[in-house]
Formats: sequence, structure tokens, C-alpha cells
Amino acid sequence: MHEWALAEAVVAAARQIAKKEGLKEVKEVVIKVGELQQVELEIFEFALSKLEAQGFEGTEFNISLAKTELQCRVCEHKWLFDKTNLAEDTVEAIHFVPEVIHSYVRCAKCGSPDFKLLKGRGVWIERLRGAK
Amino acid sequence: MVDPRKSIIDQRLGKIGRIIAVSSGKGGVGKSLVATTFALTLVQKGYNVGLFDLDFTSPSTHIILGAEDVQPIEEKGIIPPVVHGLEYMSLVFYTKDHATPLRGADVSNALIELFAITIWSNLDFLIIDMPPGIGDAMLDLIRLVANIEFLIVTTSSRLAFETVKKQAVLLQDLKVSTIGILENMKMDNNGCIQAQTGELGLRFLGGISFDPTVEEAIGDKSQLLGTAFARKVAEILGEP
Repeated sequence: MHEWALAEAVVAAARQIAKKEGLKEVKEVVIKVGELQQVELEIFEFALSKLEAQGFEGTEFNISLAKTELQCRVCEHKWLFDKTNLAEDTVEAIHFVPEVIHSYVRCAKCGSPDFKLLKGRGVWIERLRGAK
Repeated sequence: MVDPRKSIIDQRLGKIGRIIAVSSGKGGVGKSLVATTFALTLVQKGYNVGLFDLDFTSPSTHIILGAEDVQPIEEKGIIPPVVHGLEYMSLVFYTKDHATPLRGADVSNALIELFAITIWSNLDFLIIDMPPGIGDAMLDLIRLVANIEFLIVTTSSRLAFETVKKQAVLLQDLKVSTIGILENMKMDNNGCIQAQTGELGLRFLGGISFDPTVEEAIGDKSQLLGTAFARKVAEILGEP
């Protein structure tokens, strides 16, 4: 249910954007969810639906997954995150705080933990559409 | 593209009275011991207190507390476990015994994530154990936590105080509240640090002599609170 906290953040951010842009109504919030954080989409969507009552009645939350791309800073090797060979508690730790991936994952080519997350880290708002 | 996590941090910290970052421009001055003992002292006085270890790459408060076999609970966010009466949060719950080599952007991201998802209860104080230096963690706290207060720890060494001085001046320039400077592992009574703190226009909180019994007390709360070090922390910081 940590997804609930992320959904609350999305709603709070959408409210701030709407206020800043003078929107009376928010019609659509486009949300990207990076695979690295392994957000349970069903729970996330459920949380958003419950939070809709707080001023987002009729808002469409459009959620899609984004692949996680990593790049080694040492050898520049690029790869996509894959949890297949990770232990369950490691996967769970990365779910809570994606940066702990640096404690558990190494570059497949040179073995360095010094890599960057190019894209697909966690939850972000791609765009918001509304009416003034 | 908007990162939504920052928008919820004010709400997450909304039920906390005071947020105090125990910090130092220099490493090895005893920040973690001061922060942990300070937090435990406040619990003894009956306050509701949280302790948040933000030293992601070198966490140590869990060792000082002897926090074993505890883990946050997931429930509409992350509920910190209670350790010796403290609500306690650390990245070590997720990194375990592994090294955590993080660059600045990763430190910021992990810090924002933990502030966004950790659900603290009604606290009188949240004490933050900071990493050394004036880098990402300090700048992020200033950026993200509106009512942050800094408590600066130094030793008697010029090597420590020279960097602490820069930190103190920077915080003053940025108009960030600083409670004062604490001299830890005090070597003599020449009053040098006190005088220089006064020259900076800051409050000298007090000096704590080096206490060799502290090392043995690490991991044992009762023993730690019985040390001369802890008694001095309570005398100086008991009513912050």
C-alpha cells in the first residue's frame, strides 16, 4: 500500500499545477510509472480513484509503464532493468527506494555499481490537461 | 514532466513540531552520536520524537541504537518502527549490510522518496542525522523542509571548525535557522571555539569532553544514556 502515498503525491502535485495554471477543471492527468519501482498498478489506480473525491471528480488518470534504462558510467554499457534474477527482498527494497538498486545491482559488462538511471525510475506526471 | 513527490512533503511533515538537522561541515565529529543521544534524551523527557538517518552512504544510528529485527510497516505509506520510544527511519532498512555507493542525484532522489512516503505521527521533534558536508542532503533539506533548523557539531580541531565556519556562514546567508554550535570531543578549556562561535554571531551551545566509555555503550541504550557524554548532551540540549 505504499502506492497510496505515491497516489497522494500525484493528486497533490496535480492540484498545485492546476492552481498555478488557473485551471477550473482537470480533465486528464497523464502519469508514467517506471518499471524500476514496480508499482502495483491496480493498487495505485484504486488509490487514485479514492482520492478523486478530493476535487478530481471526472478526471481521467491515464497511467502507463515505462521501461527502466540504465547506463554504466565506467564502460558506458546500456541495459534495461530486469528483476528476474533478483531476490524477493531485494526487489521489495528497490520498490520502496529505487536508488538502493546501487546496493544490489552491478553493470553486467564491467561489474561497476557506478551507473545512472537514464529513464523509468518511479512515478512522474507527463502532462496535465484541463479547462480554464 | 513533473515529479509529484515534492508536492506531498509539506503534508507528510505537517504534524511535526520542530525538525532539527544535526549536521557538520566535517565528518567524524560525532554527529550521529549527538543526534541519537539528543533524540533519546527528548524521549526521556516525555516528548514524541522521531529520528531520521539521512547519512545514506554511511548510516550508523541503527548501530548506536542497537536497532535489530525491526522494519518499517507498509500501510498507505511507510510507518517507521518504534525503537526505544523513537519513531526511527533509515535507508539501512532497505540496503541492509550492503555498501550504498550513491552520487548526488541519487542521494536527492532517495531523500525525496523517503520524505514523500514516510508517515510520521504527531511528533514534537524530528531529529535528522545528516551526512557530513554541505552537499546535496543539506541543500535538499533547505529546499524541501520549510521550517528546518540546523544544530552544528564541531570538534576543537581547527580542521573541523574551519569547515564548520563555512557551513555556518552559508546557512546565515541563506537565512536558515541555526540553533547553535556544539563542541564535541573537547580537548581543552581555552574557549577558542566558543569565542569564534560568538564572532560568527551564533550561540555556543556548550562543550562535551571526549568520553572513552561511549564506544562500549554503542548498541546499548541504557548504557549510552548513563555515560558522561549523554548526561552532558541532556544538560546542553535537554530543552532545545
